Amino acid sequence: MPIADLSLPAPLRTEILALAAQELHPRGASVAALRLVQARFGWISTAHLREVANLLGMSADDLDGVATYFNLLFRRPVGRHVIMLCDSVSCWIMGREPLCAHLCRKLGIRPGETTADNTITLLPTVCIGHCDHAPAMLVDATLHGDVTTESLDHLIDTLRNTP
Amino acid sequence: MTAASERPLTAMIDPAMGPPDCATYERAGGWQAARLALGSLTPAEIIDRVTRSKLRGRGGAGFGTGQKWNFVPKEPASERRKYLIANADEMEPGTFKDRWLLEGNPLQLVEGMILAAYAVQAAHGIVFLRGEYQEACVRLHRAIGEARQQGWLGENILGSGFSFDIHVHSSAGRYICGEETALLTALEGRRATPRSKPPFPQTGGLWGAPSVVNNVETLCNLPHIIVNGPEWFAGLGLGEDGGTKIYGVSGRVAKPGAWELPIGTPLRQIIEDHAGGMRSGYQLRALLPGGASTAFIDTTALDVAMDYGSVEKAGSRLGTGMAIILDDRTCPIGMIRNLEHFFAQESCGWCTPCRDGLPWVERLLDAIEDGTGQDEDMEQLDRHARMLGAPGRTFCAHAPGAMAPLASGLKLFAADFTAHIQQGRCPHHAGAGP
Repeated sequence: MPIADLSLPAPLRTEILALAAQELHPRGASVAALRLVQARFGWISTAHLREVANLLGMSADDLDGVATYFNLLFRRPVGRHVIMLCDSVSCWIMGREPLCAHLCRKLGIRPGETTADNTITLLPTVCIGHCDHAPAMLVDATLHGDVTTESLDHLIDTLRNTP
Repeated sequence: MTAASERPLTAMIDPAMGPPDCATYERAGGWQAARLALGSLTPAEIIDRVTRSKLRGRGGAGFGTGQKWNFVPKEPASERRKYLIANADEMEPGTFKDRWLLEGNPLQLVEGMILAAYAVQAAHGIVFLRGEYQEACVRLHRAIGEARQQGWLGENILGSGFSFDIHVHSSAGRYICGEETALLTALEGRRATPRSKPPFPQTGGLWGAPSVVNNVETLCNLPHIIVNGPEWFAGLGLGEDGGTKIYGVSGRVAKPGAWELPIGTPLRQIIEDHAGGMRSGYQLRALLPGGASTAFIDTTALDVAMDYGSVEKAGSRLGTGMAIILDDRTCPIGMIRNLEHFFAQESCGWCTPCRDGLPWVERLLDAIEDGTGQDEDMEQLDRHARMLGAPGRTFCAHAPGAMAPLASGLKLFAADFTAHIQQGRCPHHAGAGP
């Protein structure tokens, strides 16, 4: 992901400064700013983290403390699509373990890894509030419920064919 | 919002139609409460009505809402910076009630926030929304934008002299942010560790300013209390508490889901009538009545009324009111291991007993479930349940919450623990399901 080593585009810097200006103290915009960077690049590189820290008047380590605290902020590159399979209690009861094993076999990766073709990253996630349709998962921004091995197979095929 | 509605919170929610816009919301009775409050009620009168309604916080702790507001310094919003924050960081495993309200009728939350903000005289509103609720985020932004355009948010609302606006903070996923002081720390752009109290948020909260943090479901009740009166609301409950409650059931029941019912509805009725009982081939063994951090109760307690006092007498907590069912074919130790993995992972790491104790508990459960557990492990688990479970041993309620299913599980499933250790394997095989 060489693009992430480039400096932040000017419009993004402007947007982050505007977020900071709305806060009583600029650091209040930390999470929102990091989310913007991730939305643009897929993850938060150290170079970008340093730039955001500068814009918010924080030290890079201070901001990294925030970035590494949250489950949805990625400090390592991810694939084009991220599958977050819920591993909390209702989904576990409803059979998320066999589904996870199926995904791992099919993708040839373990949870936390990305496929060699950089298409899919598989991550566990805590309860996503879809327990009445367990097992559930988030695929990028989309919620999926009542997941089965068949629906997973179909999904993977679709993801591999979408940019 | 018809006066006689028995399910005021969800009456306007129609998944086929999507969330109501301002005009539809108004036609169905919306904005009446805001008009009444800003037009002819004082903040003190609103606090009084909400106190008399017996509304208690729906996030899990069950603190009286009017009582909570009463601690806020009384200066007018124009004279002192204060915050009203909606806690929409719904991350308690097994809980999906606030998402229903956020996606189904976001304007109801907006109106509830206007009422709460007016009551405590806060000009600044924030919705602390969990990052995973992306559809709710879109709908909330749309609702707030429309409300602002129609003059329900912004400067001098309805010519009342009261100004209030709402900002949506999309969080990035961390269970402890639901704890109100950790939520404030998160909003200040720091690692979201809980804070020492006092000062309480009501006097020294976000950026040091008085702040009220209320759960989404709590806030959504307010328009109905103001329009229909506190006595009507108190009368909706079947027991001591007022209003309705969103209850839910997940696990191997016939029809998992969530329903708005009178608070105090018996647990058996929720499971049998609304969730359709167990799926065929499965028996109910035990359950967590109100989310992952509530103690197990078994089938002898099924007739408990689901209100704060009754569930506590039955040895657990109402919590979020969203029950998680353990069936007879799922390993209870596997289930507890799953819960403790969650709590260990989501510990913020600030205080040692929680940061070190929870992973230890998880490892002990791993060993027992994987068949390498020893008799001494039971003593260690019991010791942790006692030491971490007592309030005041850790910085916040995270570890005591984590110990609730463990301590109760050690008693209820003692024979299962013994069988795992003696047989050196899990009698239910690899854990969950077919």
